[in-house]
Amino acid sequence: AALKDALRSQVSAALREGRVTPTELCQRCLALIKSTKFLNAYITVTEETALKQAEESEERYKRGQPLGILDGIPIAVKDNFNTAGIETTCASNMLKGYISPYNATVVQKLLDQGAVLLGKTNLDEFAMGSGSTDGVFGPVRNPWSYSKQYKEKSVSKSHSEDKESDWVISGGSSGGSAAAVSSFTCFAALGSDTGGSTRNPAAHCGVVGLKPTYGLISRHGLIPLVNSMDVPGILTRCVDDAAVLLGSLAGHDPKDSTTIQDDFKPFELPNLIDVSKLSIGIPKEYHAPGLSSEILALWLKAADLFKNAGAKVVEVSLPHTRYSIVCYHVLCTAEVASNMARFDGLEYGHRSDVKDSTESMYAATRREGFNDVVRGRILSGNYFLLKQNYEKYFVKAQKVRRLIANDFVKVFRSGVDILLTPTTLSDAAPYTEFIQEDNRTRSAQDDILTQAANMAGLPAINVPTALSERGLPVGLQFIGRSFQEKQLLTVAKWFEKQVQFPMIQLEEVKRHDSGVFQHQQSASFS
Amino acid sequence: QKVSVEVLDHLEHLALVDFRDSEGVERLQKAIQFADQLHEVNTDGVEPMDSVLEDRWCLYLREDEVTEGNCTKELLENARETVEEYFVAPPG
Repeated sequence: AALKDALRSQVSAALREGRVTPTELCQRCLALIKSTKFLNAYITVTEETALKQAEESEERYKRGQPLGILDGIPIAVKDNFNTAGIETTCASNMLKGYISPYNATVVQKLLDQGAVLLGKTNLDEFAMGSGSTDGVFGPVRNPWSYSKQYKEKSVSKSHSEDKESDWVISGGSSGGSAAAVSSFTCFAALGSDTGGSTRNPAAHCGVVGLKPTYGLISRHGLIPLVNSMDVPGILTRCVDDAAVLLGSLAGHDPKDSTTIQDDFKPFELPNLIDVSKLSIGIPKEYHAPGLSSEILALWLKAADLFKNAGAKVVEVSLPHTRYSIVCYHVLCTAEVASNMARFDGLEYGHRSDVKDSTESMYAATRREGFNDVVRGRILSGNYFLLKQNYEKYFVKAQKVRRLIANDFVKVFRSGVDILLTPTTLSDAAPYTEFIQEDNRTRSAQDDILTQAANMAGLPAINVPTALSERGLPVGLQFIGRSFQEKQLLTVAKWFEKQVQFPMIQLEEVKRHDSGVFQHQQSASFS
Repeated sequence: QKVSVEVLDHLEHLALVDFRDSEGVERLQKAIQFADQLHEVNTDGVEPMDSVLEDRWCLYLREDEVTEGNCTKELLENARETVEEYFVAPPG
């Protein structure tokens, strides 16, 4: 109720004042999705149902009774969330044609508030990957590949006959959602984050990517990867919008027993923010091998920004950081081995034609349904869970996990409020370069800055910071204390205001009628 | 230390995923090698961590009340082979 009264909205205000209608907004987004199809951000576009939802929203606005700030707002959802009556594929052959019989809790919450669901976004198969390149529907292209900013910088490079091959990856695994938000086809999107899957593509696509504290937002209906680390992620164009989405999604869900039972109070972020009383920690281990000098410089510049504003900026140590990827490797593959066991062709999803026996049908179904990455993780996971290996690998990894989590506890206990780190090692790589290395190597490299927050269950957010020399987005990450999203987002908002990250200039998008489009160009809907 | 053929067979049987090609086996070897780095860490006296929420006792048991169900039709809709209210598996 309090959020509804806040008048920070641009689109929301426009909807309320009748300057634009939900159906117009929906139609514009759908048209833009069509003309940016080459991005491959969407797997399914739910045109009919979206228009119907928009019409219903319009009726409510006409009656002066919108459901809230999200009423009529077009959103997109990563294709690993169940959406009733709509295909949910996880970008895998295993679930092609699977029509969810129910809505994930977070989807239901959005729909209950009148949000308009435009479609399901593309990802790495079963959310395993850091590039959104390993799904059966093909890779997602970073919208910035087609931006004036990137094109200007690549003029000097050799003109390959096939300009097409210059495009860069969107990051992953929630690349489709990040690309959708970044290219203005929706105002917010849901992703998921297990090792950095929301923050990584957010950094590469120049959008805000929030990973909430584990246990804050329901995972019911999110097809699980690692039950002890997965969280739904929020992707928006500004921090205020992330706060709005968080407010509408957080809270205990009786259908997810891993959500905490404390009452969640949605909050608005202040406009005037004073960071001088804060202590910002700079973890030295995040100066990881392979960190580009550009990003290092931005990170240091950001630290100075806080210093000049009067904040206390201190170097801290999280000594077990370098083990988080190995730890993740074992725990993730183990939980994946367990979670993927449900895909056997009997109750849903792909089923092989092999009929020799139940076991051979299972094996064939899984061979046909899963890609190499998924199968590889299932095998590794099963290995680590063998009786003879259980203590040595799985339990050992659980112990190392505690050490990693304790590192953070110690640092926060020493008086640090927020940690400031890079989100990725570099700006987005060209696709042709990215695919030279295999998925596991890539993930191990790319997750290094984001994974530990999942290990410890802490909230973390990517804030787009600046453009690289190649004209591509670079973001920085803030990690906060458990369940202190308000403080985390407040600091993020302050930082966002300081850096004034430029708006993407997409020529494809300019071709649309600029009248209504003004509302889409505005950075925020809240 | 190479993974023995017995273990590979056992794994295939457990995982119900085959990796009969040498690439798959090599991938597993690499994964194990990678995981072995864990042993560099001293974890004496450290308890394994199951959940980051362990301090909050949030993993509760609820009352044994039936709150939903009776959705047989929906549940059968996504299966390829069904007979009456059964999922059908090949014999053997």
